Amino acid sequence: MSTVIFQDIFFLALLIALAIPLGLYIHQVMDGQKTFMTPVLAPVERLIYRVIGARPDDEMKPKRYAFAVLAFSLVGFLFLFVLLLIQGILPLNPQHLRGVNWHLAFNTTASFISNTNWQAYAGETTLSYLSQSLGLTVQNFVSAAVGISVLFVLIRGFIRHEKETVGNFWADLTRVTLYVLIPLAVIVTVLIASQGVVQTLAPAHTSTTLQSASTVTTHLGPAASQVAIKQLGTNGGGFFGANSAFPLENPTAFSNFIEMFSLLIIPAALCFTFGKAVKDAKQGHTLITVMVVLFVAALAIITISEHSLAPHYAGVIASGNMEGKEVVNGVGASSLWGASTTAASNGAVNATPDSFTALGGMMMMFLMQLGEIVFGGVGSGLYGMIAFVMLTVFIAGLMVGRTPEYLGKKIGPFDMKMVCAMILAPPLLTLIGTAAATLAPGAASWLNNTGAHGFSELLYAFTSMANNNGSAFAGMHTNTAFTNLTGGVIMLLVRFIPIVATIFLAGNLSKKKIVASSEGTLSTSNLTFAGLLIAIILIIGALSFLPSLSLGPIADFFTRL
Amino acid sequence: MRVFLKQLRPAALILLVMIVICGVIYTGVMTGVVSLIFPQQAKGSIITITLKDGTKKDFGSELIAQKFTEPKYLIGRPMTVSNLGPASDAQKKLVAERVQWLRSLDPGNTAPIPADLVTASGSGVDPSISPAAADWQVARIARERGLSEAAVRATIKRYTTGRLAGFIGEPAVNVLKVNLALDGLL
Repeated sequence: MSTVIFQDIFFLALLIALAIPLGLYIHQVMDGQKTFMTPVLAPVERLIYRVIGARPDDEMKPKRYAFAVLAFSLVGFLFLFVLLLIQGILPLNPQHLRGVNWHLAFNTTASFISNTNWQAYAGETTLSYLSQSLGLTVQNFVSAAVGISVLFVLIRGFIRHEKETVGNFWADLTRVTLYVLIPLAVIVTVLIASQGVVQTLAPAHTSTTLQSASTVTTHLGPAASQVAIKQLGTNGGGFFGANSAFPLENPTAFSNFIEMFSLLIIPAALCFTFGKAVKDAKQGHTLITVMVVLFVAALAIITISEHSLAPHYAGVIASGNMEGKEVVNGVGASSLWGASTTAASNGAVNATPDSFTALGGMMMMFLMQLGEIVFGGVGSGLYGMIAFVMLTVFIAGLMVGRTPEYLGKKIGPFDMKMVCAMILAPPLLTLIGTAAATLAPGAASWLNNTGAHGFSELLYAFTSMANNNGSAFAGMHTNTAFTNLTGGVIMLLVRFIPIVATIFLAGNLSKKKIVASSEGTLSTSNLTFAGLLIAIILIIGALSFLPSLSLGPIADFFTRL
Repeated sequence: MRVFLKQLRPAALILLVMIVICGVIYTGVMTGVVSLIFPQQAKGSIITITLKDGTKKDFGSELIAQKFTEPKYLIGRPMTVSNLGPASDAQKKLVAERVQWLRSLDPGNTAPIPADLVTASGSGVDPSISPAAADWQVARIARERGLSEAAVRATIKRYTTGRLAGFIGEPAVNVLKVNLALDGLL
């Protein structure tokens, strides 16, 4: 247990230590400043603008920016959807896989466009190398870049004043992809490939087993390059069906550490980007403090539950819950990954969440149900967290009878409407989706576990999709027309409603003057405020989900006592 | 609506550019670079052994578990993915069956069994077991093969990896490599 605690502390300390320089670098990228990468990448950047016929200084109003995001996502959707349907007649398909059926193709496309990466597919038996690299890898990059771009828009809303515009989407998308995502992905690819994550266009390898000389297939493909961005972009959709539990996607303790680290580093760094951009580092520190506090609490519960609340089997040494976990990760690194992947809206797994203990699985669900704001998705986590900050400022303002303001911007009714759309879309869609699935004919036949744990599988599935996470209690049979279609629609709604709301919120904030803070201004960077923010986050999460959690994991826990 | 339609052209063009950069160039260059510096890992860490007669033979990936059921071999984890709740009745029944089977291979061994040997992994092809799970099998393997326990232990130790830097991850024994070595192939 002490090595596990040491591992967790080292992980978090290294995360913060590297998030600071990366956050400051991302700020330079956002601002269009010169960075150490500029000499190499500026010519490429200029070439891209020339090809698409856009000027980076062509500032967009909120409506145009939102339409640009939607248009880009629409064409991305159409391309990926068609690619999956017709992959059977396209090259780079050494396993001769057929086209994906229409409802699975719809679900997978919606899932990758929305940065959810829910896996109703199993990569090695469903998708060709062409679909993986031109389809999934590309959306892994650009859906992440869209999230970060929208965060930039919101940050500009706070730092600009009496302006109508919020930035240029094509420039934001290009810069984030070129200067942030690709360089990091190259580093991570090489690191994990050194450990044995495969990277080849060769077909699957067959050999004979040692004991019985029967056939064993080693599935191959260009995996490392896709796994790198799958982790960094908080995407999470595996190259292989078993995701990062599969040894060829995550073979060693080192690859596991790198992948786990990659999935939190950008969301953590963006907190420092925010502090730098609003010229008040403490604001960023407050947000990351709140995230770390919630993260550590959840991590502690998951780790203790997996370590000490595992059932005892007769004749077996009680050494924690190893069902669904790889030996090389053990209980410690599997719990740390479980907390990380659900805190961030990543959704990659290195163990099967379905086989976690009742309370361990519940905490993973609850981290998602908080709205994916404890680190959260790249960009989307922080704009979601800022929505909670504004709600907290608003509630605090009501309590003391002052006009609420945040970072010098007075918060008005329109702003609060946008904030409500951002905060309420995920829980509403989670609960509507779960309710619909529970009532759907034949729902019971999709489940792998029975009783309360069976309901947990349904709740987890819709929690995951309605928060753009993508992990699953994977025993449940999710590749059905019903879950593929409802899930696909939910993933799109929960991605784009908050995005549009964020852009319009930013536009409205950008128009406002910045008022000087006075003695009466509520400080948003001290511990009192951090405590208040944590309370609001937990209250909203608990109010929305206590009833359904009681029917699922809580009942599961008590019936197995 | 007109504003929206006007975005479609740059949207389609930048998507094409991104497909070329992130899909073709990035994936292609990474495949080239990785194949060059880590050729063995890039292609699945396949174990190829030159046999005594000079021919080369593949024994599969060192990262993918193979099924071992004979008592002379080091036996790995159950090769299924259950997704069962750990406290469910179905899971308890499965574990009890595995315990019974392992004990039937070595009736004299009454020591409790390490948990990883009777629980399924997340991948179903976990190539490793814990050192404790390997240790539990040493006496049986030594007896079946007429080797000393020390010799079996030494072979196991050779294919055991420790925690990274002493605290990251868990120690693991590569089952396939140990068995290849026991058979005198590795």
